[in-house]
Amino acid sequence: MDTGLLIEKIILATLLFVVSLGIAAYSTYFERKLAAWIQDRVGPDRAGPFGILQPIADGVKMFMKEDFTPTNADKWLFILGPGIAMFTALMTSAVVPWGTDVSLFGRTIALQVADVNIGILFIFGIISIGVYGIMIGGWASNNKYSRFGAIRASSQMISYELAMGISAITIIMMSGSLGLNDIVKAQHGMNWNIFYQPVCFIVFFVCALAETNRAPFDLPECESELIGGYHTEYSSMKLGLFLFAEYVGMFVSSAVIAILFFGGYNFPGMDSFSGNTLAILSVVAFFTKIFVLIFIFMWIRWTIPRFRFDQLMHLGWKVLIPLSIINMLLTGIVIAFNEGWIKF
Amino acid sequence: MSIELLTLIIGGLTIGAALMVVISKHPIRSVLFLIVTFFLISSLYILMNAQFLAIVNIIVYAGAIMVLFLFVLMLLNLNKESEPNTPKIVLISSVVASGILLLVLIAAFKDSIHLSHVHLPTEKNIGLVKNLGDLLFHKYIVPFEVSSILFIASMVGAILLAKREKPIID
Repeated sequence: MDTGLLIEKIILATLLFVVSLGIAAYSTYFERKLAAWIQDRVGPDRAGPFGILQPIADGVKMFMKEDFTPTNADKWLFILGPGIAMFTALMTSAVVPWGTDVSLFGRTIALQVADVNIGILFIFGIISIGVYGIMIGGWASNNKYSRFGAIRASSQMISYELAMGISAITIIMMSGSLGLNDIVKAQHGMNWNIFYQPVCFIVFFVCALAETNRAPFDLPECESELIGGYHTEYSSMKLGLFLFAEYVGMFVSSAVIAILFFGGYNFPGMDSFSGNTLAILSVVAFFTKIFVLIFIFMWIRWTIPRFRFDQLMHLGWKVLIPLSIINMLLTGIVIAFNEGWIKF
Repeated sequence: MSIELLTLIIGGLTIGAALMVVISKHPIRSVLFLIVTFFLISSLYILMNAQFLAIVNIIVYAGAIMVLFLFVLMLLNLNKESEPNTPKIVLISSVVASGILLLVLIAAFKDSIHLSHVHLPTEKNIGLVKNLGDLLFHKYIVPFEVSSILFIASMVGAILLAKREKPIID
């Protein structure tokens, strides 16, 4: 085996791990600052200048709390739940292309941990496993509110996965490949998918909100009805892992949306750069897109009230799925005309 | 580590997990072990370079069908008290029946060991999406379309069953 390749992949994976966790930690801070700004408050400002050390203080607090397990809880599954939630949130970033190739020490390094040819399916596989963390955690707590939360989470995720998958198929048809790298390359420069597929983008974005359990789709943890939903019985760092997994999931789904609809690391005028300059600029462009999307995620949370559960199911099954199927069929017809498979 | 050794280890783990599905006392644990089994089967597919099959196995079985299983089990809330009392005679007859099934299976697979030594695909990337799509839409187009008609039929059936019956008005 090529040792250099092994080392560069290990470094890249570690870096990704640290960056995902760091961004998730600071997302909590920005979420609170943004909420404060929208609600005309100051927000956290005690720890460090502008409260910049708040995530560290929160982390320390989480670790210092008593780690409590309910009496009749299934002990192993109770531990497994948050573990799976965090694991699946972090796994997805393995197939994301973060930028163009870098040349360092005479080697060309691809800024992607694994360029598997099933890229987008890999992401869907991981998302579909993600629900187990919530389900197992909610069931193992042996609490009716937790179980309600778990059941709501699973039915919500199953419903929205369908529309999400169909709108992803539309994008796959546009680019002709399942690999995320090819999808990004097909949107070179300013040739982004959002200009061709605005309906598809809206469907995908709404589904991404639902899949990450963000407001207005945060019914699994709906505090006004279910106390805390699936994490009612959790405390200490186990609760921390659940909350953190949500923010990592938000980061990763923003990255996926940026890849599918906003051209990933492409930016207008990228042809006038080359080599490492291009690589750095592309990474910067990609992260800018991700941060804007995270901002929109938070903006929605503090603007739109929560759905009722029947409204959620209605939206998922009767609006988004038919919309995405019609969109997919129309795209298919247009592609068939362009390729000359159908002629009048 | 060679591929053969890896295959053996994963195969052993798969059988172990599958046994745990049957042995586990609690239905939820059984389902969780079944999910583990699906993952191990998917890793066997990856060893055979069939990435598409592996990920579809995870999405469809581990990601969708088993979630529904868990969902139903959570709603049922099975425990020791709700376990049905099986009469002794049923237990004995099921042991005899499965023993006979084992005998038949051994008889059937006895000769196949010699026939199929490790049958690795000659072409390395046969399981990749592109080749699979080519095969499905050219060589096996008729069976593919027939199976999709079957799927539509079952979907229509499911919708009909789920639909509320209209009240009969005289």
